[in-house]
Amino acid sequence: MDLTIRFAGESGDGVILAGEVLTYAISRIGLKIFTFRTYPSSVRGGPCLYQLRASDWHAYSQGDQLDILVAFDTEAIASHSKDLKPDGELIFDEDRTPKTYSSLRKRSLGAPFTSIAKNELRLPKARNMVVAGYVGAHIGVSKEILEEVVRNKLGSRGEELLNTNLLAINTGFGLAPKATPIALPKTPSNKIILSGNQAIVLGAIAAGCRFYAGYPITPASDILDSMVSLLPGFGGAILQGEDEIASLGAAIGASYAGIKSMTATSGPGLSLMTEMMGLSSMAEIPVVIVDAQRGGPSTGLPTKTEQSDLNHAVYGGHGDATRIVLAPGNVEDCFHQTIRAFNLAERYQLPVILLTDQSLAQLTEGVPMPDLESIKITEREKAELAEIDGFRRYAVTHDGISPMTLPGEAFGEYVAESVEHDEKGRPSFGPHAHSEMSAKRFRKLTTATKELAEDPLNVMELPDPDADLAVIGWGSTQGAIHEAILRARKNGTHVRWLQCKLLNPLPEAQLSKFLKGAKKVLVPELNYTSQFANLLRARLGIDAISLTKTEGLPFTPDEILRKIEEVA
Amino acid sequence: MQSNLVGEYRNDYNPNWCPGCGDYGVLRSVGMAFQELGLRNEQIVMVSGIGCNGRFPHNFKTYGIHTLHGRVLPIAQGIHIANPELCVVGIAGDGDAFAIGGGHVPHTARRNPDITYIVLDNGIYGQTKGQPSPTTPLGYKTKVTPEGNQEDPIDITRLALAYGVSFLARGFPGKPNHLAHLIAEGIRHRGFALIHVLNPCPTFHDTWKEYPAKTVEIGPEHDPNDYDAALGLIGRQDKIPIGIIYKQTRPTLAERVRVTSLQKLELKQVLSTFR
Repeated sequence: MDLTIRFAGESGDGVILAGEVLTYAISRIGLKIFTFRTYPSSVRGGPCLYQLRASDWHAYSQGDQLDILVAFDTEAIASHSKDLKPDGELIFDEDRTPKTYSSLRKRSLGAPFTSIAKNELRLPKARNMVVAGYVGAHIGVSKEILEEVVRNKLGSRGEELLNTNLLAINTGFGLAPKATPIALPKTPSNKIILSGNQAIVLGAIAAGCRFYAGYPITPASDILDSMVSLLPGFGGAILQGEDEIASLGAAIGASYAGIKSMTATSGPGLSLMTEMMGLSSMAEIPVVIVDAQRGGPSTGLPTKTEQSDLNHAVYGGHGDATRIVLAPGNVEDCFHQTIRAFNLAERYQLPVILLTDQSLAQLTEGVPMPDLESIKITEREKAELAEIDGFRRYAVTHDGISPMTLPGEAFGEYVAESVEHDEKGRPSFGPHAHSEMSAKRFRKLTTATKELAEDPLNVMELPDPDADLAVIGWGSTQGAIHEAILRARKNGTHVRWLQCKLLNPLPEAQLSKFLKGAKKVLVPELNYTSQFANLLRARLGIDAISLTKTEGLPFTPDEILRKIEEVA
Repeated sequence: MQSNLVGEYRNDYNPNWCPGCGDYGVLRSVGMAFQELGLRNEQIVMVSGIGCNGRFPHNFKTYGIHTLHGRVLPIAQGIHIANPELCVVGIAGDGDAFAIGGGHVPHTARRNPDITYIVLDNGIYGQTKGQPSPTTPLGYKTKVTPEGNQEDPIDITRLALAYGVSFLARGFPGKPNHLAHLIAEGIRHRGFALIHVLNPCPTFHDTWKEYPAKTVEIGPEHDPNDYDAALGLIGRQDKIPIGIIYKQTRPTLAERVRVTSLQKLELKQVLSTFR
């Protein structure tokens, strides 16, 4: 089974909470879930949608057409009924939409949700929970599971609010026609449901992050919010900076003093952080920077998704600056790549940028409970302390990695340097120092390329040595591409696929092996200027067919499938 | 030039400042302050910005970080939060601290990190060879203002009091013992201490002759705990008062953000709440 439900209404209607209750309930039953949301940049008003896909196989993306559209108002019907399958169902609020309007559709179900919330429950805002109960009953989720989820989600918000919402769920549940519930499996699942941003926060904590600094910016602000609620419980500290420069600066300062540190931002913030990223590269101070990309340039599209910061992440800033760039492909990957980001920052003493985007940052997926015992943590290489005159912090080593000391440690005193320097960290502008130190810093990336050559976290792939067509994607497009590849293969099209997670340095050995014998390379990405295709052209010398989209929305599997069949 | 730093904090580095630069005096006073407080080398972190001040940390056998132009304070705060036991001393010029980095000062003041911020105010951009800074006097001729500076200077001490710094002092390297005492008191103060240094630049803005005549030491009649008295003091038109202008006791940033009384969390248990 494969069921896609969209909840649509105005921001402020509780559309997202209704969708979330259903999502958690369906996941508890044992179905795989995948959700996606969009919302306006204002707090109230403007269209808002939450899409939930439930399947008994692995659904990798938010899906294409809708089985059920839950419309909180008439405008939602007008905007979204085109996305319903021909036999899809419309669930609408009779108080907001005249029956005559909705009877245009063959399969429509209406109930007076607004007046029930207002008159029976005396809490107009609980309309969303009436809707959630109704939809839950309609698709066959039990009342007990719905109640359990509501208790879990709202239990901490006070008895009165919880009871009203439980009543709302029950009232909605009772309203639904019992005739044709959709068959759902009943194998309970132990998965946890996380958004990309939440997975990053938990990954950071698992990696040992104990300082977070950030400035509010959509769609990265949830990371600050979650950090505030969790990090102090692990003995960590949080600082809301006065801007992104201060936030990254504080993270670099804390890391210099020995605490693993992170900041998170979106495009405009990354632009402001650029000079500070150079300091981390030059002074060789580990730090992790999360960029939840949104439409750009300038203020751009704050609440819409895009993959257009790749160039900035890989090349941004003045001078030749070392950095590692990672791009997780789904929520589970967000957890593991964040741990990896900290490990690589510590190992190579440089900034590691984790690129997500609005869709991945805010969608939720069921994720298997991580095995915390199997997580490997890397710490920065510590220098042996001895009573010598002048610690060589930037010692030129064969692998480029120079052991560090921490303030407080006697005989390890040194000045971390922003200007070009000698081995002791003293300013040095001679030709020899700059060429030797540039080579030393970049030798760390050569070392990283060697040490990470076979790392399974670099890529995800579905190889096929006989396929002429190779698809290479990066980041959050993973799900839509995966699904498109499976469908193409089902249709008899030979195609191979690799999703790249390590974007700088590129895993060239894995890419070359994957591409061996391929005649065409298709690179789908969510930007206008084909940034990843250009990176591959430059680094691998390959020709690439680019599929781009700049609508502020993720790819659907269909869009990619059509292109695959066109070029195969 | 030879470093004039004395004692166990001195290393074999020699500064590249012009002969007669006020920085030499401040360097000496900072070393004297460390000595007075009996600080161990490894517990000191000197954070400098960009400008002639940038080379301050290199003279000391202590930890240090030479940062970006204008960004001493965010980095110093990160260090303070990570390890509140460290003695964090920030050094910045007037351009660094109040032009490019001016936006960080009020926010640092309201968080009150336990750091000492020495602002070397020479009223000029010295390292870039003589452009006007936020504290260049009105009418002063520079290469950018051949007809005389047309912009009014800002008053660092007034801003500091308005922003709510919890310790404010002003000194002059022509009185190195007095300045050393102010720096030591700033470090002793638990909170954000701003030391405004009237710093002569003999090359582009020479105030060596001007300040001894204009400055006056703050006497025991002034109560630095009195905010209004502090405001009155810096409003004096006849003389520039030097000494401790204001001090106040408030919780530090590290005390605010490192809440140890909270319930300890286990990651496994946190993960299971996401069901």
